[in-house]
Amino acid sequence: MAQDTLTGSRIRERRVARRMKQADLARQAGISASYLNLIEHNRRRIGGKLLVDIAEILGVEPSALTEGAGAAMIATLREAAIAVPQAAAELDRVDEFAGRFPGWAQLLADGRTRIAALERMVETLNDRLTHDPHLAASLHEMLSTVTAIRSTATILTEPGEVEPEWQKRFLRNIFEDSGRLAETSRALVTFLEADGETVTETGTPQEEMDNALEAEGHHVPDLEQGGSVAQALDRIGQGLSTAGRSLLRQFLNRYAADAAALPADRLADAVTRLGPDPAALAQALGTDPALVMRRLAALPEDLLPEPVGLVICDPSGVLSYRKPLPEFALPRIGAACPLWPLYRALNRPMVIIAQAIAQAGRPGEGVRAEALAVPRGPIAVNADPQYDAHMLLRALPRDQRPQEVQPVGVTCRICPRKACPVRREPSVVAGID
Amino acid sequence: MAGHVLVIEDEPNIIEAISFILSRDGWRVDTHSNGVDAVDVVRAKAPDVVILDVMLPGRSGYDILRDLRDDPATSAVPVLMLTARGQSRDRELAERAGVSRFMTKPFSNSEVLDAVRALIPT
Repeated sequence: MAQDTLTGSRIRERRVARRMKQADLARQAGISASYLNLIEHNRRRIGGKLLVDIAEILGVEPSALTEGAGAAMIATLREAAIAVPQAAAELDRVDEFAGRFPGWAQLLADGRTRIAALERMVETLNDRLTHDPHLAASLHEMLSTVTAIRSTATILTEPGEVEPEWQKRFLRNIFEDSGRLAETSRALVTFLEADGETVTETGTPQEEMDNALEAEGHHVPDLEQGGSVAQALDRIGQGLSTAGRSLLRQFLNRYAADAAALPADRLADAVTRLGPDPAALAQALGTDPALVMRRLAALPEDLLPEPVGLVICDPSGVLSYRKPLPEFALPRIGAACPLWPLYRALNRPMVIIAQAIAQAGRPGEGVRAEALAVPRGPIAVNADPQYDAHMLLRALPRDQRPQEVQPVGVTCRICPRKACPVRREPSVVAGID
Repeated sequence: MAGHVLVIEDEPNIIEAISFILSRDGWRVDTHSNGVDAVDVVRAKAPDVVILDVMLPGRSGYDILRDLRDDPATSAVPVLMLTARGQSRDRELAERAGVSRFMTKPFSNSEVLDAVRALIPT
């Protein structure tokens, strides 16, 4: 992997923030001011003892100087720039921005995330107003009743003779219609108030579930101890919409079955010996590697030697589960990059596809991915199996050779790879070959 | 006599009010409140103008209108469509089905009268 090229910029930022002269830092670090100047302008690479020394002088961890902002934050910042193209934000300098001003970058990314959530909520509500059959029927009835009242009242108030018998009929009609209108209005308000309680800011049911699981750290202690899914759902699914709870229930049912099939202590014991290697663990434990991947993602961090991420897609390729890693951004909405091994696995079911991958524009970061597609449900006569694909994500080993790392993207819209054979739509990011 | 209008609407009080204002204006008015046999009623009554609601029991006003336009006996009859749904999509559906005039609820009596008068060839 290419080494991150902005370490010098971060050193300069930290130095300036401490109101320290370049010459003073150079002197304390035992190098010349001109050499430090080259480092600070990213014209000389820095590492080893010198990096550690400079980090110590600046009072920060070395990783704070070498590691840029998380891939997820960069992706969110890119989305923010794309959402307001007239601002002409310098997309090619997004890494530098996030590296130099991490606080402002986080603020902007959080703002973008909130705006996106609110936009989705507006869209959801608008869609509901347009397509909800109950709402449409109620509004139709209200408008019809109002029309009848308006038309009848106009007849009674217009100049011109209306016979007493017609007058009585029209007055009775208005009385009846006003009663209907009151009843329909009351029912509509009840409906909207009840529904409003279930509308969350998170947007789609999938996002509701993702957020609920993220809050739990993807580990459900209740179900590890053989507790009931219903109780776990009540605890975790508070505030979720009906659709969100339904998705969460499906997930928890599978979680409970997985936990019973492969208890956490048994897996943790094997991980201690073999590491979080799904193929080796599956072989040693005599079980399904996809089950091992799901269970690894559900283990508490203190039982793992390194963090793991997991992505699962359904037979249509839509992401149905996501546990992200900082090194690997996952699209919040829309389709993911078709180059991910996750999708290759759908083409080669029951084969574990292992590959080192890195997302374009993220030098110094990457993951090893192990992907596997397994049939959904039991095998049936004359029925084509449907496959769910799993992709376990782990940080790249330190000895990974850069030429063995396959470049991939997050999603086409923010991917800079120009000559991509599977591009779905044009990118708004300056391209790279 | 100004002409013959057939009102196809399932809301009885709207039927009553429209019938009254049209009758007072000199029109002969027939009414019908079911979508299922609405096309047959139009063929049988042969009105000069049809006032047609979109949401009817049994059949949508769009489907009824399409059938009227497909039948040479009724293809030329002017149709004023009434609906509580005023979205562009509904208007487009009505236009594609061959509507003569599209009006959203709540409308005023004078708007209905003006529309019906305008639909009769002089």
